[in-house]
Amino acid sequence: MTTKTIRNTAVAGDSRLGAIFAVLAFGTVLLFAAGYAQATALHDAAHDQRHAMAFPCH
Amino acid sequence: MLKNLLTGALVAGVASGLVAAALQFAFVIPLILEGELYETGARIHFGASSPQSPAGSPGLGGDWSRHLMTVTFDVVSYTAYALILTGLMALAMRQGHGVDARRGAVWGLAGFLAVQLAPAIGLPPELPGTIAGEVGPRQAWWTFAILATAVALWLFAFVPRAWAIGLGVILVLAPHVIGAPHLDTYFGVAAPELAAEFATRSLGFAAMGWVVLGTIAGAMLGREA
Repeated sequence: MTTKTIRNTAVAGDSRLGAIFAVLAFGTVLLFAAGYAQATALHDAAHDQRHAMAFPCH
Repeated sequence: MLKNLLTGALVAGVASGLVAAALQFAFVIPLILEGELYETGARIHFGASSPQSPAGSPGLGGDWSRHLMTVTFDVVSYTAYALILTGLMALAMRQGHGVDARRGAVWGLAGFLAVQLAPAIGLPPELPGTIAGEVGPRQAWWTFAILATAVALWLFAFVPRAWAIGLGVILVLAPHVIGAPHLDTYFGVAAPELAAEFATRSLGFAAMGWVVLGTIAGAMLGREA
Protein backbone atom coordinates (compact mmCIF):
# COMPACT_ATOMS: atom_id res chain seq x y z
CA MET A 1 0.00 0.00 0.00
CA THR A 2 2.75 2.35 1.00
CA THR A 3 4.79 1.40 -2.06
CA LYS A 4 1.80 2.08 -4.29
CA THR A 5 1.28 5.52 -2.79
CA ILE A 6 4.91 6.45 -3.30
CA ARG A 7 4.85 5.29 -6.89
CA ASN A 8 1.71 7.31 -7.59
CA THR A 9 3.31 10.40 -6.11
CA ALA A 10 6.39 9.93 -8.24
CA VAL A 11 4.31 9.60 -11.39
CA ALA A 12 2.28 12.67 -10.49
CA GLY A 13 5.52 14.56 -9.84
CA ASP A 14 6.89 13.63 -13.26
CA SER A 15 3.79 14.70 -15.12
CA ARG A 16 3.81 17.90 -13.15
CA LEU A 17 7.31 18.73 -14.31
CA GLY A 18 6.27 17.84 -17.86
CA ALA A 19 3.30 20.20 -17.59
CA ILE A 20 5.52 22.99 -16.27
CA PHE A 21 7.94 22.65 -19.17
CA ALA A 22 5.05 22.45 -21.66
CA VAL A 23 3.68 25.76 -20.31
CA LEU A 24 7.14 27.38 -20.40
CA ALA A 25 7.72 26.18 -23.98
CA PHE A 26 4.30 27.37 -25.14
CA GLY A 27 4.91 30.79 -23.59
CA THR A 28 8.32 31.10 -25.25
CA VAL A 29 6.94 30.23 -28.70
CA LEU A 30 4.15 32.76 -28.27
CA LEU A 31 6.61 35.44 -27.16
CA PHE A 32 8.76 34.86 -30.25
CA ALA A 33 5.73 35.27 -32.49
CA ALA A 34 4.63 38.48 -30.78
CA GLY A 35 8.02 40.04 -30.24
CA TYR A 36 10.67 38.69 -32.60
CA ALA A 37 9.22 37.42 -35.88
CA GLN A 38 10.17 39.76 -38.72
CA ALA A 39 7.66 38.48 -41.33
CA THR A 40 6.17 41.66 -42.76
CA ALA A 41 2.52 40.94 -42.02
CA LEU A 42 3.26 39.92 -38.45
CA HIS A 43 5.63 42.84 -37.97
CA ASP A 44 3.14 45.43 -39.23
CA ALA A 45 0.32 44.04 -37.12
CA ALA A 46 2.47 43.91 -33.99
CA HIS A 47 4.25 47.22 -34.67
CA ASP A 48 2.66 49.57 -32.13
CA GLN A 49 2.57 46.90 -29.48
CA ARG A 50 6.29 46.16 -29.96
CA HIS A 51 7.17 49.83 -29.62
CA ALA A 52 4.93 50.24 -26.60
CA MET A 53 6.46 47.14 -24.95
CA ALA A 54 10.02 48.18 -25.88
CA PHE A 55 10.82 45.09 -27.96
CA PRO A 56 13.57 45.78 -30.51
CA CYS A 57 11.25 46.32 -33.46
CA HIS A 58 13.07 47.06 -36.71
CA MET B 1 -2.16 19.81 -13.90
CA LEU B 2 -1.40 21.07 -17.41
CA LYS B 3 -4.99 22.21 -17.78
CA ASN B 4 -4.85 24.11 -14.47
CA LEU B 5 -1.59 25.83 -15.38
CA LEU B 6 -2.90 26.76 -18.84
CA THR B 7 -6.21 28.04 -17.48
CA GLY B 8 -4.51 30.18 -14.82
CA ALA B 9 -2.03 31.60 -17.31
CA LEU B 10 -4.72 32.34 -19.91
CA VAL B 11 -6.93 34.16 -17.39
CA ALA B 12 -3.96 36.16 -16.07
CA GLY B 13 -2.60 36.87 -19.56
CA VAL B 14 -5.84 37.99 -21.17
CA ALA B 15 -6.91 40.12 -18.17
CA SER B 16 -3.54 41.84 -17.72
CA GLY B 17 -3.12 42.18 -21.50
CA LEU B 18 -6.39 44.10 -21.68
CA VAL B 19 -5.41 46.28 -18.69
CA ALA B 20 -2.01 46.94 -20.29
CA ALA B 21 -3.67 47.78 -23.62
CA ALA B 22 -6.01 50.27 -21.92
CA LEU B 23 -3.05 51.94 -20.19
CA GLN B 24 -1.08 52.02 -23.44
CA PHE B 25 -3.92 53.61 -25.38
CA ALA B 26 -4.35 56.24 -22.68
CA PHE B 27 -0.69 57.07 -22.15
CA VAL B 28 1.74 55.46 -24.62
CA ILE B 29 0.17 55.03 -28.09
CA PRO B 30 -0.54 58.80 -28.45
CA LEU B 31 3.21 59.39 -28.07
CA ILE B 32 3.98 56.72 -30.71
CA LEU B 33 1.61 58.46 -33.12
CA GLU B 34 3.20 61.81 -32.30
CA GLY B 35 6.63 60.27 -32.96
CA GLU B 36 5.42 59.15 -36.38
CA LEU B 37 4.80 62.78 -37.32
CA TYR B 38 8.58 63.29 -37.06
CA GLU B 39 9.32 59.91 -38.68
CA THR B 40 7.31 60.89 -41.77
CA GLY B 41 8.50 64.50 -41.78
CA ALA B 42 5.01 65.91 -41.14
CA ARG B 43 6.62 67.65 -38.18
CA ILE B 44 10.25 68.80 -38.16
CA HIS B 45 12.34 69.40 -35.06
CA PHE B 46 15.89 70.76 -35.32
CA GLY B 47 14.79 72.60 -38.46
CA ALA B 48 17.11 75.02 -40.30
CA SER B 49 15.12 78.15 -39.46
CA SER B 50 14.14 77.13 -35.93
CA PRO B 51 15.01 74.14 -33.72
CA GLN B 52 11.52 74.19 -32.24
CA SER B 53 8.45 72.22 -33.21
CA PRO B 54 4.86 72.25 -31.95
CA ALA B 55 4.09 69.77 -29.17
CA GLY B 56 0.99 67.62 -28.93
CA SER B 57 -0.26 64.24 -30.02
CA PRO B 58 -2.43 63.94 -33.13
CA GLY B 59 -4.74 61.68 -31.07
CA LEU B 60 -5.58 58.07 -31.74
CA GLY B 61 -7.18 58.77 -35.12
CA GLY B 62 -9.62 56.44 -36.81
CA ASP B 63 -7.44 53.50 -37.81
CA TRP B 64 -9.30 50.99 -35.68
CA SER B 65 -8.02 47.90 -37.47
CA ARG B 66 -4.47 48.99 -36.55
CA HIS B 67 -5.49 49.60 -32.93
CA LEU B 68 -7.36 46.29 -32.79
CA MET B 69 -4.16 44.51 -33.86
CA THR B 70 -2.27 46.33 -31.11
CA VAL B 71 -4.79 45.17 -28.48
CA THR B 72 -4.63 41.63 -29.90
CA PHE B 73 -0.84 41.52 -29.73
CA ASP B 74 -0.87 43.01 -26.22
CA VAL B 75 -3.05 40.10 -25.16
CA VAL B 76 -0.77 37.62 -27.00
CA SER B 77 2.38 39.07 -25.39
CA TYR B 78 0.91 39.18 -21.90
CA THR B 79 -0.41 35.63 -22.33
CA ALA B 80 3.11 34.56 -23.29
CA TYR B 81 4.48 36.35 -20.20
CA ALA B 82 1.75 34.72 -18.09
CA LEU B 83 2.59 31.23 -19.36
CA ILE B 84 6.27 31.70 -18.56
CA LEU B 85 5.61 33.35 -15.18
CA THR B 86 3.09 30.64 -14.23
CA GLY B 87 5.55 27.90 -15.25
CA LEU B 88 8.29 29.46 -13.11
CA MET B 89 5.90 29.93 -10.17
CA ALA B 90 4.94 26.26 -10.45
CA LEU B 91 8.65 25.33 -10.43
CA ALA B 92 9.12 27.36 -7.24
CA MET B 93 6.07 25.67 -5.70
CA ARG B 94 7.63 22.28 -6.43
CA GLN B 95 10.55 23.40 -4.29
CA GLY B 96 8.18 24.23 -1.43
CA HIS B 97 7.68 27.98 -1.95
CA GLY B 98 4.13 29.26 -1.56
CA VAL B 99 2.44 31.39 -4.21
CA ASP B 100 -0.59 33.65 -3.76
CA ALA B 101 -1.82 37.00 -5.04
CA ARG B 102 0.51 39.08 -2.83
CA ARG B 103 3.60 37.07 -3.65
CA GLY B 104 2.39 37.06 -7.25
CA ALA B 105 2.66 40.86 -7.28
CA VAL B 106 6.34 40.53 -6.34
CA TRP B 107 6.76 37.91 -9.08
CA GLY B 108 5.21 40.42 -11.47
CA LEU B 109 7.66 43.14 -10.38
CA ALA B 110 10.52 40.69 -10.87
CA GLY B 111 9.19 39.97 -14.36
CA PHE B 112 9.15 43.70 -15.06
CA LEU B 113 12.75 44.02 -13.88
CA ALA B 114 13.94 41.12 -16.04
CA VAL B 115 11.87 41.58 -19.18
CA GLN B 116 11.43 45.36 -19.40
CA LEU B 117 13.79 47.36 -17.18
CA ALA B 118 17.04 45.40 -17.57
CA PRO B 119 17.01 45.33 -21.41
CA ALA B 120 15.79 48.96 -21.48
CA ILE B 121 18.96 50.04 -19.64
CA GLY B 122 20.93 49.06 -22.75
CA LEU B 123 18.25 49.49 -25.41
CA PRO B 124 15.85 52.26 -24.35
CA PRO B 125 12.27 51.97 -25.67
CA GLU B 126 12.37 53.38 -29.20
CA LEU B 127 10.09 56.08 -30.45
CA PRO B 128 9.13 55.42 -34.10
CA GLY B 129 11.70 57.03 -36.37
CA THR B 130 14.61 56.06 -34.13
CA ILE B 131 17.48 54.73 -36.22
CA ALA B 132 19.27 51.86 -34.50
CA GLY B 133 21.69 49.06 -35.33
CA GLU B 134 20.72 45.81 -37.05
CA VAL B 135 17.69 44.22 -35.44
CA GLY B 136 19.32 40.76 -35.14
CA PRO B 137 22.16 41.70 -32.76
CA ARG B 138 19.81 43.91 -30.76
CA GLN B 139 17.34 41.04 -30.33
CA ALA B 140 20.23 38.76 -29.30
CA TRP B 141 21.49 41.23 -26.67
CA TRP B 142 17.92 41.87 -25.51
CA THR B 143 17.33 38.13 -25.02
CA PHE B 144 20.65 37.77 -23.18
CA ALA B 145 19.81 40.67 -20.85
CA ILE B 146 16.42 39.16 -20.03
CA LEU B 147 17.76 35.64 -19.39
CA ALA B 148 20.78 36.79 -17.33
CA THR B 149 18.61 39.06 -15.17
CA ALA B 150 15.90 36.43 -14.72
CA VAL B 151 18.42 33.77 -13.63
CA ALA B 152 20.00 36.30 -11.24
CA LEU B 153 16.63 37.15 -9.67
CA TRP B 154 15.88 33.43 -9.25
CA LEU B 155 19.24 32.97 -7.49
CA PHE B 156 18.63 35.99 -5.21
CA ALA B 157 15.15 34.76 -4.31
CA PHE B 158 15.58 31.01 -3.95
CA VAL B 159 19.26 30.15 -3.43
CA PRO B 160 20.32 31.83 -0.17
CA ARG B 161 24.05 31.13 -0.55
CA ALA B 162 26.97 33.51 -0.91
CA TRP B 163 28.06 31.99 -4.25
CA ALA B 164 24.52 32.43 -5.63
CA ILE B 165 24.42 36.10 -4.65
CA GLY B 166 27.86 36.63 -6.20
CA LEU B 167 26.90 34.84 -9.41
CA GLY B 168 23.63 36.80 -9.49
CA VAL B 169 25.45 40.13 -9.25
CA ILE B 170 27.76 39.09 -12.11
CA LEU B 171 24.76 38.02 -14.21
CA VAL B 172 22.88 41.27 -13.55
CA LEU B 173 25.88 43.36 -14.60
CA ALA B 174 27.17 41.19 -17.47
CA PRO B 175 24.83 42.46 -20.25
CA HIS B 176 25.69 46.06 -19.36
CA VAL B 177 29.42 45.44 -19.09
CA ILE B 178 29.32 43.77 -22.52
CA GLY B 179 27.08 46.59 -23.75
CA ALA B 180 24.12 46.66 -26.12
CA PRO B 181 24.78 47.15 -29.85
CA HIS B 182 24.71 50.87 -30.59
CA LEU B 183 25.49 53.00 -33.61
CA ASP B 184 28.34 55.53 -33.46
CA THR B 185 26.08 58.29 -34.75
CA TYR B 186 22.89 59.92 -33.44
CA PHE B 187 20.01 60.07 -35.88
CA GLY B 188 17.13 61.34 -33.74
CA VAL B 189 14.62 63.51 -35.59
CA ALA B 190 12.00 63.85 -32.86
CA ALA B 191 12.09 66.26 -29.95
CA PRO B 192 14.26 64.81 -27.12
CA GLU B 193 11.49 65.58 -24.62
CA LEU B 194 9.10 63.35 -26.58
CA ALA B 195 11.58 60.45 -26.77
CA ALA B 196 12.29 60.73 -23.03
CA GLU B 197 8.63 60.87 -22.11
CA PHE B 198 7.90 57.88 -24.34
CA ALA B 199 10.66 55.80 -22.73
CA THR B 200 9.62 56.53 -19.15
CA ARG B 201 5.92 56.10 -19.84
CA SER B 202 6.26 52.79 -21.67
CA LEU B 203 8.38 51.45 -18.79
CA GLY B 204 6.11 52.86 -16.09
CA PHE B 205 2.95 51.40 -17.55
CA ALA B 206 4.71 48.10 -18.30
CA ALA B 207 5.47 47.92 -14.56
CA MET B 208 1.76 48.32 -13.81
CA GLY B 209 0.84 45.65 -16.38
CA TRP B 210 3.35 43.21 -14.90
CA VAL B 211 2.10 43.72 -11.33
CA VAL B 212 -1.47 43.08 -12.48
CA LEU B 213 -0.24 40.01 -14.36
CA GLY B 214 1.71 38.61 -11.40
CA THR B 215 -1.10 39.26 -8.95
CA ILE B 216 -3.69 37.42 -11.03
CA ALA B 217 -1.30 34.59 -11.96
CA GLY B 218 -0.35 34.17 -8.30
CA ALA B 219 -4.00 34.15 -7.21
CA MET B 220 -4.91 31.58 -9.87
CA LEU B 221 -2.01 29.28 -9.02
CA GLY B 222 -2.37 29.72 -5.24
CA ARG B 223 -6.03 28.77 -5.44
CA GLU B 224 -5.14 25.36 -6.86
CA ALA B 225 -2.39 24.59 -4.36
